[in-house]
Order: sequence, then structure tokens, then C-alpha cells
Amino acid sequence: MPDNPVAPPKIKAAKKMRDLMTTYYLEALGAAQNNRQVAWITSGGPVEPLVAMDIIPVYPENHGAMIGSAKMGEDLCAKAEDMGYSPDLCAYARSDIACAVVKGGPIGGLPKPDMLICCNNICGTVLKWYEIQARYFQVPLFILDTPVCHTGYTPEIADYVKAQVNEYIAFLEQVTGKKMDPDKMNEVGRLSYEGQRLWQQVLNTTAHKPSPMSAFDAFFFLALIVTLRGTQIAVDFYKELIDELAQRIKDGIGVVPNETFRLLWDNLPVWHRLKWLSDRFSAHQACLVADTYTSAWCSALTHIDENNFLDSMAEAYTRIYLNIGVDQMAQEVLKMIRFYDVNGLVMHSNRSCKPYSFGQMDIMRIVREKTGIPVLMIEADMVDPRYFSESQMETRIDAFMEIVKHKAGRS
Amino acid sequence: MKEIARFHQAVNQPWETAGRIRQTGQKIIGYLCSYAPEELIHAAGCHPMRLFSSGHDILLAENHLQSYCCSLVRGILEDSLAGRLDFLDGTVFPHTCDSMQRLSDIWRINRRHGFFADLVLPVKLTTPGSAVYLEAVLSRFKGDLEAALGTSITDADLENSISLFNQIRTHLSAIHEFRVRYPGRIRGSDMNALVKGAMIMDRDGAATLLSGVVESLQQLPVPDRPAKRLVLAGSVCDTPDLFNTIEAAGGTVVGDDLCSGQRWFDSLVPEDKPPLAALADRYRTRATCPAKHAGLITRADHLLSLVDRTRADGVIFVMLKFCDPHAFDHPYLKECLEAREIRSMALEIDDSRQNQGQLATRIETFIQML
Ligand code: SF4
Ligand code: SF4
Repeated sequence: MPDNPVAPPKIKAAKKMRDLMTTYYLEALGAAQNNRQVAWITSGGPVEPLVAMDIIPVYPENHGAMIGSAKMGEDLCAKAEDMGYSPDLCAYARSDIACAVVKGGPIGGLPKPDMLICCNNICGTVLKWYEIQARYFQVPLFILDTPVCHTGYTPEIADYVKAQVNEYIAFLEQVTGKKMDPDKMNEVGRLSYEGQRLWQQVLNTTAHKPSPMSAFDAFFFLALIVTLRGTQIAVDFYKELIDELAQRIKDGIGVVPNETFRLLWDNLPVWHRLKWLSDRFSAHQACLVADTYTSAWCSALTHIDENNFLDSMAEAYTRIYLNIGVDQMAQEVLKMIRFYDVNGLVMHSNRSCKPYSFGQMDIMRIVREKTGIPVLMIEADMVDPRYFSESQMETRIDAFMEIVKHKAGRS
Repeated sequence: MKEIARFHQAVNQPWETAGRIRQTGQKIIGYLCSYAPEELIHAAGCHPMRLFSSGHDILLAENHLQSYCCSLVRGILEDSLAGRLDFLDGTVFPHTCDSMQRLSDIWRINRRHGFFADLVLPVKLTTPGSAVYLEAVLSRFKGDLEAALGTSITDADLENSISLFNQIRTHLSAIHEFRVRYPGRIRGSDMNALVKGAMIMDRDGAATLLSGVVESLQQLPVPDRPAKRLVLAGSVCDTPDLFNTIEAAGGTVVGDDLCSGQRWFDSLVPEDKPPLAALADRYRTRATCPAKHAGLITRADHLLSLVDRTRADGVIFVMLKFCDPHAFDHPYLKECLEAREIRSMALEIDDSRQNQGQLATRIETFIQML
């Protein structure tokens, strides 16, 4: 292993991003004083109509990620278990359900919702979770039911979800007592499209060798496309970020010193071990250049009509990465392997997230057959640290990297 | 009772049962959940057969599903990969939970067993839009069956099948009513075999046998001591041992909210409506699975009224380990029972049959407290 090489300069936009997120959360926490309404919404849910109607969207899953990063997951999960929730349930759900009651976590709990918007395009967990919160907060719940497209988007699915988009608007109009302004909606839709396009561009920069940022950076910069999608703020920020990344590419700055191996990450991050994992891989001159998770917030671009967002919304939100068949997911993974030109795949088998994790072993087999690259599967949990053993993980990563090096002919 | 013995036989030897049905030239379509439209399969001239895990050790499924997946899903995949389900001519996967959703993909990719269909039912059951969608999904499935089999299913075929399945439901409901009125006279393991058998056996035969059971119910022996009345709630519970343990501990099951129990046979398909719409109607109004949404309090209301109707002394939740939908609902359901001063206990089970002794002790303690 080489001596500690000089660390590359940090990405400057990170500070700005932190400030934007702080402003966003302060605004959300102060909503009640300012007579603004708050909607809790699932990460894969259609936020644009909320933005168009001046409702502040809040994401319990983003909050869950913050809880995980702040290493507050264990306590909150244990609290949920005291409340009777099984330790085998999704840790985002567990920590949020506990947090609502004890007002814990890094920001003292989320602002109380005026309504809940649950889109089940990511999992069935969110349905149960939002039912629990709707009973707890006694607020109206809207469910956008996006049938899973195992093998395709059928006409009956299209009709069903389209009809629900109208029900969604009607629901919002009823809860707010206001009419939706179609021009505003179009504008938000255009900004959302633009934001997603830019986010894709951010992610694409890592195809460059050496990669100007890593998947760990993407996990961080993701927060804006999730929480501020459909706003000018997100658009402006990502433009800036792209400029900075382009400059890094020009200056030949790679995020991992002497980047020699490139890896793809699958599934949600292990929020409580981001730095640890990043250091482990960097020590092998390996950069996790991309992941299947952060691209979920731009993967539906092809289905969006930027000039007619509302009409194309149904399809865009139904055909996202997690809501398709495992064989199609494998195709997406293969595309990424080629595009980012990686030497290996690291799959996080995430106890919290069954729809993401079940099927991974088949994807692993398909990847091995089609590309021959080494695949590592590590079992952990995105928020709950009780399923993580550093020593075991270290041994496995080291062994995996030996294989990667060997295959790349550099051992 | 000789009829009941036939059900036990079918349940204990599902593969022999399937073999005999196949010999008659019928094709067998497996299904994985109580939302499968058996009537359509039957009307297409096929035999619908519910798949349960046989409980064999997980060896092959290890390569497809991680250890934190419920034993029902892993077990059925193991049976498939090990060739124990080779009698199948097809399978249908109604969409329910995340684990089933992925099992369907893994099944389709690795071992399809012939005809394959996903039935992506709506999750919301209460809106007019979801009703339209549900009927469209059923209609697509009908078309898929017709295309695969080269046959056409007429309304008359479907009406006949609906009427047959309604008979089965009516008989099972009558037997259930009997166990409410005369607790302990029909044994839990027998009731379990009747329900499970009716998901496996030839349905004409099952209907005839069940009608025989209904007629002979009065002959069942009267238990010598009164038992505590219990309701079971959860997903699939098909371990006969559990019923025996409950009875040995002085309890008896008088009702259930299980997908391998009353959720499957309660409420009839209306026979005065166009048949597809009628099937859809039943799915929207019958007792709800927790993977579906029919309101925020619907499942609690259902459980409470079941406890009332059966005058139960307590509730036992039987939940498969790693089953998300049921685990999410449990704290709330428990709280609703507590508010009415109804005691409950939760058992987390899997089909490896471990810790039987510990289970028995917990059940005994619970029943003594009632
Ligand atoms: S982590 Fe998985 S199970 Fe949990 S909310 Fe997200 S998609 Fe659903
Ligand atoms: S037991 Fe639970 S997790 Fe398993 S298939 Fe049934 S609903 Fe899904």
C-alpha cells in the first residue's frame, strides 16, 4: 500500500449545499409560525404539485439518512423496538416512528405534517409507515399507488396512475383550500426536469478518469434533488457544482489519489460508515465512482415531457428503478458498469430494504456472467449499526480488492 | 370423521394430490396468496393450487434470497428449485408484499414452471379508480390464461366456477360458525386441514366432502372441559402443532384473521353481477391483508368485531419472522385490543419448527392468565 498521498482539495460546493439544507430545514421547522403547510412525502413521491402549491415538502427518508449519518440510528431504532416494532423492519421507518414520539434526532424531530403523501413506487414499507403516522398525527393521507412494472408499463397501469394524478391535485386543493395554478405547475415541472437533467450530468462527470468525485459525494449532494426538486435553488446549485467538477477534471484532480480501480456501489449507502468505507476503499486506490441509488432521481428522465409535466408524471414516477423487475434492474446495472468503466461491483445487502436487496443475488450472477468483473456482497444496514462489524468488513474488502487487482493484472 | 381424514391426507401429501389431479389431464396452476382469482383458473379448466413452504432446509434458495427474507417466500422458492413443484403447469403471483414481489421476479428469471402471470393488484382498495383498475387486471389475467391455453372462458364458465367456490366458502363458514357456538368440538388442526385442503384438492370433491362435514358436525365429541376461546391473527399459519399446543394448554381457536384461514374463505362473490366485476368486488370488501390499504382503522375494526362475534378471551398474533406488513400493524392492533381490555400475545414463528418447547411454555402462561 502506498504512503498516505496528499489528499485532493475538497469540493467547495459542499459548504454551500450545507447552508442550503440548513435554510431549507429552518424554513420547514418554522412553517407553522409563517402559516405555511407542511407535507411529509416519500423520497420517490411526486413533489412538484406540492412545490407548485407552496406547501413545504419534508422527507422522512432524508431525515432517516441524517439520523444514520449522525450515528443516532441505534438509539431511535431501539426506542421503536420498545414501542413494539420489530427490529427486522426498515430502519428509516423505525427511527422516524420513534422520532415523531420522542422528538429526537439531529434536528429535534421533523415539523408536524399537515398532510402525508405516500407513493409506493419504492416499497410497501412506506404504505405501512405512513398509515402509522397518519394515525399518530391525525392528518389526511394521500396514497399514490404505482403498480410495480415487473415486465412493463401496461395500459391499465397508465390509466390507473393518471387518474390518481388528478385525485392527488384534488386532494391538495381540498386540504389547502386553494386552487392549483396551472402556469405555476408548468414552471415547477420545467424546473424539476431541468434539475434532474443537471443531476444526471453531475453523476456523469465520474465517468472521467480520474473521477472528480465519488459515490460518497453523490450520496451527500443527492439531498437537494430529493428535497428541493422543482425549485430554482436546485437548478442553480447543480449548475455551480457541474462547473466546479468540470474544473477539477480540467485540472486533473481525482477524488481518490492515484485512482487505479473503479467500483460501482449498489443499494442505499451505509450512512453510519460513509467515511470509514470511503477510507477503506481509497487505501486500495479504489474509487466508488457511481451507484445505483442516487441515479434513481433522474432515471425517469426519458419518460418526462418537460413541457407537459403533469401529464407525463404518472409514467415517470411509476417506471423508476426500484419499481421494475429484477432482470430490468440488472440491465441498468450492466449499463452503468459499461458507462463508468468499473473493475468491480460492491453490493450492499441492506437488511432494511427488502425490495432493493432481494434479487441482488440474481443481479450478481447476471453481472458475473455478462462482464466477468468481481462482485462483493456485504451485509449491513443503512441506519442501524448493530449489523456492522468493522473487522469482518475490513477482511472482506481487502480480500475483494486482491481479486480486483489480480483481475486488472496489477497484483 | 372420514371426510376430515381425506383433507389431512391431501394436506400432508400435496404432491401426491397434485399427481392424481394431473392424471386426469388437468393442468395445475400454483398460486401464492389469498388474492389469487382461483375462479378464473378453474373456469379455464385448470386446477388452482395454493403453494405453501414444505419446510425443507434452505439450500438452493440461499443463492437467491438473503437470510432476512420470510420463511414462506424462501421455502417456496426452495421447493421450486429443488424440483418439488415440477407438477406445476404454471404459477400466478398476486402482488402483495415486497418479498413476494421479488420472489415473482426470481421465479420468472430462474424457473418459471410454464405459464407465468403477475397479477399487479391495486394496493389501495377504496377508490373508484382502483376498482376500475382491479377489474382491468383481472381481465388481463383472463386474457393471458385464454391465450396460453388456447381456450376461451365464457361468462357461464366463470359463473359456474364462482358458484362452486362460493359453496366451498359457505361450507367452511358454516363449520366456522359451529366452532364459535361449540368451541373445542372441532379441533384446530382439523379446521386447519379443512381450509388448507380446500386450497389444494380437486374443488368439486372438496365441496362434496365439506358438505358431508357440515352434516356430521353434531357427531363430533363434546370436550370434557371448557377451554379458553382464542382468535389467531397474522399471515400464514399452517403448523398443526401450534393448534395442538394451544389445546393442550387449555385453549381453543374460535376464529382467525389469517390469509391461510378466514381471510381466504370469508365473504362470497356476488352472483348477481357480471362475473369479473363480482370477483373484483369481493377483493375490495373482504377482510384486508396488511399489504393492502382499505382505510386506517379497517383492520383493527375487523379484528375487534371478530373478537366480539366469537366472544374470544384473547388473541394470539402469529407472525412469520421478517414479515413486514404484519409486523408494522402489530403494535397498533395490540393497542386497540388493550383499549378494550382484551389480552394478546405475539408469537414470531418460521417454518423451521425450532423452539417448540419454549413456544408451548409461553402459550400455556398466556392461556392461564386469561
Ligand atoms: S429503505 Fe427501502 S424499505 Fe425503507 S423506505 Fe426506503 S425503499 Fe422503503
Ligand atoms: S409472510 Fe409476510 S413477508 Fe412473507 S410473503 Fe406473507 S406477507 Fe410477505
